[in-house]
Parts: sequence; C-alpha cells; structure tokens
Amino acid sequence: MIVKAPSVQIDCSHCGLPVPKGLVEPDRTEQFCCSGCAGAFQLIHSNGLDSFYEMSSGDSQQRTFDRRQEKPKRFAEFDEPVFHDKFVKSTSEHGKSIELAIDGIHCAACVWLIEKLPQILPGVTAAQVNWARATVVLRWQQEQTPLSKIASTLDQLGYSPRPIHQSKHENRFRLENRRHLINIAIAAAIAGNNMLISAALYLGMFAQMSAGMSQLLRIASCGVGLAALLIPGRVFLKSAISAIRTKTPHMDLPIALALTVGTIAGTVNVIRGIGEIYFDSLAVLIFLLLVGRWIQFRQQCRAANSIELLYRLTPQTTKRIVDGQAVETLVDLVSKDDLLQIETGDLFPVDAEIITGSTAVDESILTGESKAVQKTVGEFVAAGTSNVGSRVVVRVNAIGNETRLGKIVELVEQASLEKPKIVQWANRIGGYFVVAVMLLAAVTLSWWWATGAELAIERTIALLIVACPCALALATPLAIGVALGQAAKNRIMVKGGDVLQALQNRGTIWLDKTGTLTQGDLKVEQWHGDLHWLKIAAELEQHASHPVANAIVQYAEQTAAEQNDDSKLKHRFQPEPELCRSQVGDITTIAGGGIRGRVGDFDVLIGNAKLLKNQDIAIESRHTQIANQIVASGYSPCWMVVDDRVVAIAAIGDSIRPDAVTTINKLGNLGWRIGILSGDHPEIVNRVAKRLGINSELAHGGVCPEEKLALVQENSKHETVVMVGDGVNDSAALAAATVGIAVKNGAEASLAAAPVYLAEPGLSPVMQLIQISKSTQRTMAVNFAVSIGYNLTFAALAFSGLINPLVAAIVMPISSLTVVSLSLGAGRIRKQGSKA
Amino acid sequence: MSVLYVAIPVALIIATIAVIAFVIQVKNGQFDDLETPAHRILFDDVEKKQSDHDSAE
Repeated sequence: MIVKAPSVQIDCSHCGLPVPKGLVEPDRTEQFCCSGCAGAFQLIHSNGLDSFYEMSSGDSQQRTFDRRQEKPKRFAEFDEPVFHDKFVKSTSEHGKSIELAIDGIHCAACVWLIEKLPQILPGVTAAQVNWARATVVLRWQQEQTPLSKIASTLDQLGYSPRPIHQSKHENRFRLENRRHLINIAIAAAIAGNNMLISAALYLGMFAQMSAGMSQLLRIASCGVGLAALLIPGRVFLKSAISAIRTKTPHMDLPIALALTVGTIAGTVNVIRGIGEIYFDSLAVLIFLLLVGRWIQFRQQCRAANSIELLYRLTPQTTKRIVDGQAVETLVDLVSKDDLLQIETGDLFPVDAEIITGSTAVDESILTGESKAVQKTVGEFVAAGTSNVGSRVVVRVNAIGNETRLGKIVELVEQASLEKPKIVQWANRIGGYFVVAVMLLAAVTLSWWWATGAELAIERTIALLIVACPCALALATPLAIGVALGQAAKNRIMVKGGDVLQALQNRGTIWLDKTGTLTQGDLKVEQWHGDLHWLKIAAELEQHASHPVANAIVQYAEQTAAEQNDDSKLKHRFQPEPELCRSQVGDITTIAGGGIRGRVGDFDVLIGNAKLLKNQDIAIESRHTQIANQIVASGYSPCWMVVDDRVVAIAAIGDSIRPDAVTTINKLGNLGWRIGILSGDHPEIVNRVAKRLGINSELAHGGVCPEEKLALVQENSKHETVVMVGDGVNDSAALAAATVGIAVKNGAEASLAAAPVYLAEPGLSPVMQLIQISKSTQRTMAVNFAVSIGYNLTFAALAFSGLINPLVAAIVMPISSLTVVSLSLGAGRIRKQGSKA
Repeated sequence: MSVLYVAIPVALIIATIAVIAFVIQVKNGQFDDLETPAHRILFDDVEKKQSDHDSAE
C-alpha cells in the first residue's frame, strides 16, 4: 500500500522512473509510468520471475519504454512463409530455430529474463542469449506458439526483436575461429607432451639413462613432433610454398624452413641413435606462432562484428501498395519500382523517390544533423533515414546493398578486412630478416664445410633455430592485440593498429560540436511568454515527432509537474484519442521547419524566424530583442504564433556533456591543442567554446564540409591531427585526419571513414585511447629491441660455433616467452593504471 | 624405469583423448561466445534459492 503525500515522487515499479502524477493510482501497490512498463511488469510478475528486479543493476532507467509507441506491435510478418524460408531453420518436424537481434540488453538480469522465455511461453523450448552480439537463438514449436507471439512477448518485455541478415563474413569468422582453436589445442597438447619427454631426456643425461629407454623417448618425441609439423604446422608449410611460388619473402618462409630442416635433422638423428633432436622446441614454436595468429584474427573479428551491427539499421518490413491497398510485407521481397507507403515515425527501408505527399526526413543517420530536412514529390529519400513528417508514398530506387547505406556498409567492411599497417611494416622487416637469415645460413654452411660436413650442418641448424623470427613475428600483433582488447573493454573499437602509433605524437584535436561535446538531445532552456501558451504548444507539438517538438512537450510536462497542475496534460500519459481530436486539428507540417494547427479555438503556428517571415507575420522589436538575446546565450529561438500574433519564444538549446570540461583540461595538460570545427552558427560555437575553456581562435563555427577538410589537411601537413566527429559532413575530414574518431549515434559515413569508433558517447574515451596508445608504443619498442637484440646475439654465437643446437633449442623459446610476458604484463599494468 | 614403456603411450593416449574432447566441444560451438556464460552463471544461485523456496511452500 502506498500512503504518500501527493507531493512525494513515486517511482515506476518496472523502470524506476518517476510516475507522472496523472497516472498515480492510490489504491495500488505497483505504480507505472506508462502502459509499456505496466505490461512488462504484468508479464514478468505473472510468470513468477520477480527476481528479475532483485538482480537488475542500478541503471534501470534503460528499461523504460518509448512513450510515443504505446501501441503494441503485432509482428504478423514473422509468421509469413517467406519470412520462415529466409530466416528460420527447421530442427525437427515441428521444431524451429531462429537467431534474432534484440535491442535493450544492458545487464545480466536481461540475459536471465530472456532466457526464461520457455517459462513464459509454453511452445518455446530454448532461448540462448549472446550478449556480445546482442542476439538470441530461439528454439520453439511453431504448432504450439507462432513466432509472432514470441516476438511480441519479447517486445512487451522491452526487447524489440529483429531477424538478422546473416552477413557473409559472420559464418566464415565463426568457422575460422574454430579452426584456429583446434589447431592451437593440438599444438599445445603436442608442445606440452614433447617438453615432458625432453625433460626426461635431459634429466636422463645426468642419471645414466639406459640406451633403450633413451631411444624410446626419442622415438616418442619424434612421433609427436612429426604430428605437430603435419597437423597444426602445415599452415606454415602451405604459406611458405605459396611464398616461394609468388617469389615474395614471407615471414613463414624461414619458419617453415627451420621446421622442415629441424624435423628432418631430428628424424635422421633419431634413426641414427645419436645427435640432438629438436622436436620439443619446434612444437613450442608452432604453438606460440599459432597463438599470435589467433590474436591477430580476433582483432579483425571484433571490427567485423561492429560492422555487422550496421545491418540492423534498416527495417525488416514495410507496406507495399498492391492494387491501391497497402499490404504489410518483408523488405526483402520488395523490388525496384514498387510503391511503398511509409508512415510517420517509420524508417525508410530502401532508397526511394517520393511519389505523393511531402514530409520531413530525419537524415541524422547519414548526415549527423539532427534537424529534419523537408522533402517533397520527386525528391530522393535514403534507406535508414526516418520519416518524421507525414505519411508518404515512395517508389523504390535501390534495395539492400545497392542503397547508399548498403554501399557505406560495404566500404567499412572492406576497410576492416585490410591488415593494420604497422603489422605490415613488421612483416616487411621480417622479409628482409628472412633474406638475411638465409644468407647467413648459407655462409655458415660453406664456412664450416671445410672443417667437416657434420659440424657445418649442426652449426647451420643451430643458427636457423636460434634466428627464427618468432619473437619478431609475435612482437607487434601481441602488443596491439592486448591494447585493442583493452580498448574494446572500454568500448572503444579500433579498426587498425596504426592508430595507436599515430597517437604517439601530440598535435591538435578537432571536435565537432554537435554530438561530441553536447548531449545531442534538444531542450527548452528558456520560455519567454505566458505559461498558458506552453500547454497549448505542447498539445499541438505532441502530434509531431520533430526533436524540437519533443523538447517542447517534455518541457511542458516538467513545468506542469512542478506546478502541481496536471489536469490539462493528463491525457499525454493516458492516451484518450477522442479528447485529442476534439481539441487539436488541421495539423500541417510546414516546409522549412514548423507546424501549424488548431488547438481549441486558436490557430497555432510554431516554427523558426524564416517560417514567420514566409507566413508574413509581423515581429515586434521587443521580440527581436528577446531572440537576439537567446542567440547570444548560445541557444536557438523557436517562435510561437497564435492567430497571427507572436505570443511566446522558446530558447532551444543543447546541453553540454558532463565529462567534456574535465577531459578537455586533461588533454590540454598532456600537450594537445583542442579546437572546435563545427557547422553550427559561429556565435553558438563561440559560446560553447567559452563554457569549455577552449581558445576562441581555435573555435570555428559555420564551417562547411569542404572547409573542414581543407583545415584538417592543412593542419596535418605539419602535425598529428585527430578529428572527432559524428556526421557525414565530418566524414571527409575524418578520413583526411591522421586519426579519425567517430562517435556512437553518428552517421555511418563517419564510421566508414574513421578508423576508431567510440561506442560510448563523450570525450573521455579519446583520453583513454591516447593513454593506451602511449603504453602500447612503449611495449612494442621493447619487444622489437628484445627480439632483434636476441636474434643478433645468438645468430653471431651460433655462427662462431659457440652454441650447439641443444642450447639453441633451449634458448629459442625464451625470446618468445619474454615477448609474450612483456606484452601481457604491459596490459596488466595498464589496467591497474586505468583503475587508479 | 621400465614403467615408462607403458606410461608414455598411456600419457599420449590421454592427451589425444583430451584433444579430441576439446575439438568436439569447439565444433559444438562451446567456444563461440565466451562472454554471456560468465554473466549467466551469476544468477544460477538466485534461481536455485527461489526454487528451493517455492518447493518449501
């Protein structure tokens, strides 16, 4: 029982957000902020899954529902045969299985709840969540529970499901990963066992082991060693053969040579019954090299995974017009020149041309600009953009990979599959190294040949083993792999290792104001006018989905709550369409940023100054003054006109991210210069710069994409330039900068152009990335020094005959181990450092 | 020492079995997702406690 004074805030039982006063029901224990939360709670509670609430973490706000979507979705298309053909696998006669992408998984409790689906729906036999990819694999009996029912249940719980376009790389990566793991496992088992056998042999030397016993151990070691070469080691043999065929020196060539020579010499010695055998060190070598390769592979995987997410950006279903009727259908079934009907608030599933109607389109996904663009008959709309104006009919121009969005996704895919440049550099060094080692081996062989063939062969083998570049091969991928893993844990996706090298040198960081410095969502900061008009404005604006409209509605709710007067706005939270229609009517969205409609007896117009001018509405000088004042304080004015008379002006602003100021100070202390490069109004940019303590000379406002590019190019001639941005207008600059950093919620074009992607908005990840880069560079330098120094020293020793193959075989893995432990150790130190 | 004549083949056989077991698990997809199970295990206890509680009722 809740017995609370009306002034006390009541929290929603599902999401924990404050419940609007109009919705508080005094006679109930549970209170809900919206019907979505009520539905989810009902579902969870009635199935005895209440422990979900005990498990949930503190950030339960993410559980809340978008209040604009009150109508539960039906997911009828999930039962269409075409849908089943495309996405569903049959596991048994009635058993089916599908992998769905789900939004809204943010804590372990969500995983738990979704995996309890079999308890909620009888037909579901299993639900298995993959948190990293945000997908769930469902197994169910279609006869008992249709898939649409499962989908709508997930949606009701707050996890909106979508079928996954199986990307072509997805499966390849999975199989490749398994192949790597199997090879590593076999190599590890062989290396471990072979070392045990060798240990027995070495000990036997001191303990006068019988000849028969020693020979048994040698045969065992030989057998296991041959297995190592032929099963996991054949990767190296294969690539060495192709290196010979294409006549390019490759890292794998000396490795393969050392493996082959070592194996042959060892086998000969086993058969002869005297001389050294090298199988244990060869097995360890194979194992270590495979591990290095796997780390590199995982790195590529991770980049590809984040790209896979891009496939989820377009809707799966749409309304196709067949014989004048709009019929719900799968986007995959749509073909060129079909007519589609796109409702308000929906995403455009394809690239298309508007045939009837005109609307506002939110193109922020492509451009990063949050302001909607007006589009009318004959104009093009791109897939992935959102229809925020009114219903339109469009003719399809391009589908899937043919769309602009699809092409961008392809670009990103290509870029990520390219090998990081710095690793290529290591490979190039490796190439020279290979040639040098080969020459040295030839010289050694001919030098000692005069003394005796056996001695010459022994020394050459010692040289080949000791000069094996495995530490060199491991040095960079390991250091980069560890660093990228660290970055990914901090939700920073880095596509190439060279980024870490580039961030070494200080320079200028250019920030794009919108999105990276500010919160991105608009807010009403001031309201100049009677509050009575605010309510009227809110009633009209709730029929629009423009960001400014949302800001006004939110502000009105807030003010209403503060004033303890909720009667007028109550219907916002309890949808009563009847009431809305009788009060608000004749709504038109006006091209150029505005809305007009009747609210009660008033003719209301809300929009920008340009709109007012177009509509011939007189602006008094005192209003102009207010507007100027609003612009001066860094906000944009939004005018409200009732019956052709200005009655109120709202100051719409974008609030600054909480971490921006501290991060900018820290970066400044590290020696980086910080500047703003924004397309926004120069005065607004200056105002933000002042609030953040950025030098006004480095704050450029009103810059067009070409100017951004020119500035960055000019700059990058003589210093490191880091560009942080989120829009298509930034993408050219992102590509031109030494390091381009794209921020979450940004345009795909910026993702494609930038080698770094921050999955968490804000600036502090940039700071972390710079720190990670610093320590990685150090680790890499140490690794190189150790491995090259080691190789030079011991190659010289082997050449002069000071070490025999046995010593070489013992010392050889030590260099690799040193490099491995240096890299991993650096990662651990960094982790502790970042915690502190 | 002659026990080694038996011990070494036995050790190798055991290693082979282990490798085969691992390969089977890899092929079953046990190593495809290394993240979610770590979180899943957190709530096994809560669930058990609750079912104990339920059965007590």
